[in-house]
Amino acid sequence: MTARGRAPGRVAVHLLLWGYAVVALLPLVVMLLNSLRPTSEIFTTPLGLPASPTLDSYARVWTEASFSTYLLNSLAVTCGAVLLGTAVSALAAYPLARYDFAGNRVLGAYFLAGLMLPIRLGLVPIFYLMDSMGLIDSLLGLTLLYAASGVPFCMFVLSAFYRSLPGELDEAARIDGAGEFRIFGQIMLPLVRPALASVMLFQFVPLWHEFLYPLVLLRSDEKFTIPRGLSQFFGEYTTDWSALFAGLVLATAPLFVLFVLATRQIIAGLTAGMSK
Amino acid sequence: MPRWRVLAVFLLPAFLLYSVFIVYPLVTALEYSFFEWRGIRQTGFAGLANYRDLFTIYPYDQQLWRAFGHNALFFAGTMLIQNTVGLLFALLLFRHGRGKRFLQAAFTTPYLVDPLVVGYLWSLLLNPTFGPVNSLLEAAGLDSWALPWLGDTRTALPVVIVVNAWQWVGFPMLLFSAALAGIPAEYHEAARVDGASAWQAFRRVTLPLLTPAIGVVSVLTFIGNFNAFGLVYAMAGSTGSPAGSTDVLGLLFYRVAFVEGGTEAIGRSSALAVLMFVFIFGVSMLAGSYFRRRERRLL
Repeated sequence: MTARGRAPGRVAVHLLLWGYAVVALLPLVVMLLNSLRPTSEIFTTPLGLPASPTLDSYARVWTEASFSTYLLNSLAVTCGAVLLGTAVSALAAYPLARYDFAGNRVLGAYFLAGLMLPIRLGLVPIFYLMDSMGLIDSLLGLTLLYAASGVPFCMFVLSAFYRSLPGELDEAARIDGAGEFRIFGQIMLPLVRPALASVMLFQFVPLWHEFLYPLVLLRSDEKFTIPRGLSQFFGEYTTDWSALFAGLVLATAPLFVLFVLATRQIIAGLTAGMSK
Repeated sequence: MPRWRVLAVFLLPAFLLYSVFIVYPLVTALEYSFFEWRGIRQTGFAGLANYRDLFTIYPYDQQLWRAFGHNALFFAGTMLIQNTVGLLFALLLFRHGRGKRFLQAAFTTPYLVDPLVVGYLWSLLLNPTFGPVNSLLEAAGLDSWALPWLGDTRTALPVVIVVNAWQWVGFPMLLFSAALAGIPAEYHEAARVDGASAWQAFRRVTLPLLTPAIGVVSVLTFIGNFNAFGLVYAMAGSTGSPAGSTDVLGLLFYRVAFVEGGTEAIGRSSALAVLMFVFIFGVSMLAGSYFRRRERRLL
């Protein structure tokens, strides 16, 4: 194999890879561009640059279609659930990982079983459970459910992190007379902080996208999260394509922003885990 | 060793949250499936009657197998398109110099988008009158290819499979890239010294060593495809239109439980949930042990 013999092959490889990069990104670019064009323009030239870019459709979607409400609801539910789920798991994973008490193993297995169970299949009982607690059409109900669904994953990751911390740390603190809560809050928690950040981020994405629970559990427009609101919106604005594209951009943008901001934090969290 | 009261403060919040909202509903779903229901009232023990009904009573007897078949096609199509292309991209990018990071990021970007958004976006892009896909095809002189993609029973499911692959292809690519990076370079050199062609080296050296990664990708693809909901709902509604040609088990479960289940909705949808769980979990376990045996034979 000479360099000359491989040249046509290399060109083909480059064409394929860069060509597919266009296929992967173009639909998202079209989504963004079409959200800046009035519907009449989209209908006459389905593929084209905005003649005079306008944010009109965003204004419509934001106020008339109450996307501002959906966004706030999504933020409240997702952030609340991620914080609650991570907090209770950070507490529970600590004794499970660092103390050998009766029932420790059974309890650990009980939490980890949740990693393998398809929790959505409990949807019907969840509906009647929420109904009996008055939590249908309630953001609190959704937050509790989301938080609970993150517990197995958090426990799994955080237990491994607690276990990797050297035992001398808490022994020394205990000899100095520190109580359990103080050891946890001032020694353990700061040491697992990188893991907490990545665990929160990994929970955030699927919860932000969750659709089936809100579809079944939420009833009124002012309670909708973004995915639930989007499905409503696509039923009502069928001919206003400019608004539809703007809605899709608004549903996607927060996660892109989060990822751009958090990528460094994720990488730091992951490598911190590996070096131990 | 802390006292029990201290332990309880640490353990109870997570235990309660998880038990009430995750474990209790799952256990209850199993229980519900064995009872007779009139609306939300249990009227007696039903044994396996709810399960039998799914296979014998119209329309479930037809819709269940149809949805199952579509999920199976979804899985087969995804393995064939998404995971093969993902492996190809991983191989091509493995020795790629400039632009590798950008290309990897570009291929994985759609994966950050909500499946529901992906479904709605593509239903607009594929619209037969105003969609840019068909106007692009017409501009390229391929008028006969400008089909009503999501409106035709023959093309709808393949289109859903391709759109799903568009979203997820970065995932097998990243996993295979990581696995390729783990294969010692000496193996490839040894193959070359022995006079193996590029294809032989791939077939006899690289591919067998990728068995663990192929196993992980296959099982995760299987679980993801058989749980599909948001993407299909956005592209084809809750009935899997047109004419049920894209109906999958996730949609069927939703309809039986909350849309058209009637007075027996709770029992039958719970039975369907249990069947889906047993099938998905069982196959994943079997596949997992199959791939582990294959791996051991490699060593």
